[in-house]
Amino acid sequence: MSKLIIRTNRCKGCNVCVTFCPKKVLALDTLGKIYAVDEASCIQCGQCELRCPDFAIRVAPKEAK
Amino acid sequence: MKDYEEYFRTNRLPHIWCPGCGNGIVMKSIAKAIAKLDLDQDKTVIVSGIGCSSRASGYMDFDTLHTAHGRAIPFATGVKLANPELNVIVITGDGDCTAIGGNHFIHGARRNIDLTVVLFNNNIYGMTGGQASPLTPTSKKATTAPYGVVDRPFDPCQLAQAAGATYIARGTAFHAAQLPDLIAKGIQNKGFSLIEAITPCPISYGRRNKLGDSPAMLKLMSESAVPLTAYGKLAPEQQEGKFPIGVLHESHFGEYSKEYSHVIERAEGGQK
Ligand SMILES: Cc1ncc(C[n+]2csc(CCOP(=O)(O)OP(=O)(O)O)c2C)c(N)n1
Ligand code: SF4
Ligand code: SF4
Ligand code: SF4
Repeated sequence: MSKLIIRTNRCKGCNVCVTFCPKKVLALDTLGKIYAVDEASCIQCGQCELRCPDFAIRVAPKEAK
Repeated sequence: MKDYEEYFRTNRLPHIWCPGCGNGIVMKSIAKAIAKLDLDQDKTVIVSGIGCSSRASGYMDFDTLHTAHGRAIPFATGVKLANPELNVIVITGDGDCTAIGGNHFIHGARRNIDLTVVLFNNNIYGMTGGQASPLTPTSKKATTAPYGVVDRPFDPCQLAQAAGATYIARGTAFHAAQLPDLIAKGIQNKGFSLIEAITPCPISYGRRNKLGDSPAMLKLMSESAVPLTAYGKLAPEQQEGKFPIGVLHESHFGEYSKEYSHVIERAEGGQK
């Protein structure tokens, strides 16, 4: 299951999530929209969702092992 | 607990705010506070004034009132007195709350009416393009102060405390994990509560003052905001450029709508 749920239509490319992601998972594409460059490295810490001003990114809850 | 997005009018998204505007972060924090307290959506009213921040009420799925500039607190006072059972939350900007609405703000606090005022403080009149507000720091630039503001800013928390507010807290958009708790405590307080939420306006404030983009402005908040107890331990020169966050003040006083209900009882009983 994917760790990140991205609503591209809401993203305004502010770079907030990119800046505060501790694992460099996120980047802006050529149109200035967010995408996951390296979803495998995502630790689901929630920092991106916490401060996204546009409600464009949600982090799936960690699955119980 | 409901998911915070269930409190949004999602059909109205994306919202109108500029890229990196912190208003969305503060609005999300209000929704999270409401989710945390599991407030009845039909018994919660959100009242806002005029400004970019005041547009937030239009994105929230409650009974909402988008009122006149500076007049959110008077409208909210009317709502609360008409039906004291309601949870009434006020969304206001720094201009809305402390310039044109400054008198209503202090008198709401003086009455200790049970309102939760969330002040979106971006230090500027955002909507109208960057005029100085009473919360623009001295020497910062605005369209109305091209050489820098001469005046001292209000500290809205101290202002509210002097006027009689019974719960006062300050948070920032950077500290978005803490903000919902500060707001939830304000909702729980039976009296006038102020939560000052410091939030970036990269377009009308940051740009003119060379503060960088929204991530840079958020980083600045992370460096200048200090939890209250740690702030108290700083020497005066170390406090320079820093400000305390957290619950700043709590006190007890009779709540206005409750006190007023006694007046109604007396009047109905024909007693003086
Ligand atoms: C009576 C009145 N005077 C002036 C205005 C113009 N006006 C609209 S928004 C605003 C300032 C908003 O600043 P603030 O409250 O700080 O909110 P922000 O836009 O920064 O969120 C002003 C002066 C108005 N709408 N109504
Ligand atoms: S959840 Fe954490 S690690 Fe994953 S993308 Fe968001 S900020 Fe980065
Ligand atoms: S914080 Fe939100 S709006 Fe900004 S770039 Fe990331 S996903 Fe897009
Ligand atoms: S002008 Fe400032 S406060 Fe208004 S939407 Fe743009 S960034 Fe936000």
